[in-house]
Amino acid sequence: MSPAEHLADAGLVQLLTPAGERVDHPVYSPLAAHLDGDALRAMYRDMVLVRRFDNEATSLQRQGELGLWAQSLGQEGAQVGSGHALAPQDYVFPSYREHGVAQTRGVDLANLLRLFRGIDHGGWDPTAHNFHLYTLVIGSHTLHATGYAMGVQRDGLVGTGDPTRDTAVVTYFGDGATSQGDVNEALVFAAVNNAPLVLFCQNNQWAISEPTTRQARVPLADRGLGFGVPSVRVDGNDVIASYAVTAEALERARSGGGPTFIEAFTYRMGAHTTSDDPTRYRSAAEDEYWRQRDPIDRLRLHLEQTDELPAAFATDLEAEAVALGERIRSTVRSWGPPTPASMFDHVYASPNSVVDSERAWFESYESTFAPTQGGAR
Amino acid sequence: MTTERITFAKAINSGLRRALEQDPKVLLMGEDIGALGGVFRVTDGLHKDFGPDRVVDTPLAESGIVGTAIGLALRGYRPVCEIQFDGFIFPAFDQITTQLAKMHYRSQGRLTLPVVIRVPFGGGIGAIEHHSESPEALFAHTPGLRVVSPSNPADAYAMIQQAIASPDPVLFFEPKVRYWDKADVDLETPAEPPHTDAAPTGLDRARVLREGTDVTLIAYGPSVAPALKAAATAAAEGTSVEVIDLRTISPLDTDTLVASVRKTGRCVVAHEAPVLYGTGAEIAARVTERCFFHLQAPVLRVGGFHVPYPVAKIEQDYLPNLDRILEAIDRTLTF
Ligand SMILES: Cc1ncc(C[n+]2csc(CCOP(=O)(O)OP(=O)(O)O)c2C)c(N)n1
Ligand SMILES: [Mg+2]
Repeated sequence: MSPAEHLADAGLVQLLTPAGERVDHPVYSPLAAHLDGDALRAMYRDMVLVRRFDNEATSLQRQGELGLWAQSLGQEGAQVGSGHALAPQDYVFPSYREHGVAQTRGVDLANLLRLFRGIDHGGWDPTAHNFHLYTLVIGSHTLHATGYAMGVQRDGLVGTGDPTRDTAVVTYFGDGATSQGDVNEALVFAAVNNAPLVLFCQNNQWAISEPTTRQARVPLADRGLGFGVPSVRVDGNDVIASYAVTAEALERARSGGGPTFIEAFTYRMGAHTTSDDPTRYRSAAEDEYWRQRDPIDRLRLHLEQTDELPAAFATDLEAEAVALGERIRSTVRSWGPPTPASMFDHVYASPNSVVDSERAWFESYESTFAPTQGGAR
Repeated sequence: MTTERITFAKAINSGLRRALEQDPKVLLMGEDIGALGGVFRVTDGLHKDFGPDRVVDTPLAESGIVGTAIGLALRGYRPVCEIQFDGFIFPAFDQITTQLAKMHYRSQGRLTLPVVIRVPFGGGIGAIEHHSESPEALFAHTPGLRVVSPSNPADAYAMIQQAIASPDPVLFFEPKVRYWDKADVDLETPAEPPHTDAAPTGLDRARVLREGTDVTLIAYGPSVAPALKAAATAAAEGTSVEVIDLRTISPLDTDTLVASVRKTGRCVVAHEAPVLYGTGAEIAARVTERCFFHLQAPVLRVGGFHVPYPVAKIEQDYLPNLDRILEAIDRTLTF
């Protein structure tokens, strides 16, 4: 029995079976009832584009163009479904694998690669997309999301009844992160402050090589309950259910009902990162089990069965994905390194005599190299 | 000019009050800072006057305090966190060093985090374990943070306002042994801008408290008072000691230190933190680099030993007290 099966249980919200059939859920079906063909195709498009992007990035890493890459492969349902439930004014604090959410926030996917190419620690303007920078210290951003949500409360943007103003904050993190003190403190602070926060945990079954059973002996969603935070487990490979549970949690947050913990049960189909070797710790049978539950296949089957996937749409989407791949490749390859002296930029927002004098020294040191050698250094 | 004779604690309280009045985005957060007014009463009365949303009693979790302060700052607020005691800042160490210190840098200057972290620090109050420590060098070692420590009520009043006005995160170390010291403080004149070269008492500046010609004595926070006493005692014995209150640990106001040492040719640094890898070591290195041909003696350090902060009954033997500072001054004069 794989760890996945051990922790899977009937409490999982599912609105779309792996065979692509819609199933009814008394609470969550109504929240997805308005998703028409256009809405579902928009989700499908995002998932397909992100997967193409993800594969390109993996290739670029193999070609030496990126130092590292963390794939979202297999988690597109949880990410795109939840991302589609967000309103423009909502704010997202991602971990480092939320490429699907970035796509739904309008971040140019190419910019996600600056970090992994080693030319930027960030890569995009968080406030332009209400999508914070990736955070690599596991779980620490969940507190930033909580504080941000406390700020939203103080701004009076909770429970106004105006859907264009009421604001929620969502933070994404993994199964491994649930063991971190910061995630537990985020739950405490969010709970006692009734913060408009959605804690979206993607249980992709693995924290590098450790299965979720090394983090918890109960379903992760039970963690939320211990803090008095309403919690739900959703089939994260079901994009429609992921949308619905997130929509419900966001509505609770925006209307003043406080935080929600979501455990999206999904699977990291790729390696942890391009430096990882999953064959050392998990079986081919497990991979195969989850390949049968691929979130993109599932939605495609559903669209086909309901005659909502016109051939022209599929052809256009394939062309769009190919073009995206080409653009990603050429963009990444065009990025040279920043100037060495740029390491002194933005250490402080105010003048700093120590940084200034070290920069001045470095620049004069640099200038002692003859221009002919300069390029080669 | 309205001067009032107030304690160090009251000076910070008054500075916090003024910041709360002037900027609706300022808020205080910490453990027991509300109805109780903090364990040292530094926030006394502020909860009553500004309410629980601006003077926030937080859950008992330091990482949570600093982590949520970062989020509030990202939303446009200016949080001032109180860490109850020096020895309890470590649960927040990760948030401070990996998140708070780096956000401006990693966002290419797009995000600023004007967060102040107030830390009652240092010993000399007969406390139990974890209540007397001086962890400032750990933060001064971290790029992206400013680290300051006032030594007297007037500076405390001005510097807390400057720290809150700073666009960069500030670790604000309050010498708890000085909380009950009283001095005349001008509560009307606005504090100078925090960081401009033109501001002689900006957050970037050390200050010469007493002029002298034989030895430069550098101290900050709790150690300034014994340093001044040492200078007075040495004067009676015929040695002229120039005392500099460092005020800012990061960045270091090296120019002020160098100007003094080039004049005196001798330098002693005193602080409560262990001297090994401490602020004094950094000062010694920088002063030596820039005053090599002016120095009559090696720079000497007086401070904590490489031992955990000792039990209260013997803490006076660990601290850089009057006698130990005088001993170091004498030693520099023997070269
Ligand atoms: C505080 C901290 N400890 C360790 C690491 C190294 N590390 C990076 S990712 C990872 C596993 C994270 O697992 P999970 O939270 O499940 O997220 P996933 O990678 O599966 O998306 C570890 C241990 C880290 N980045 N931060
Ligand atoms: Mg995981």
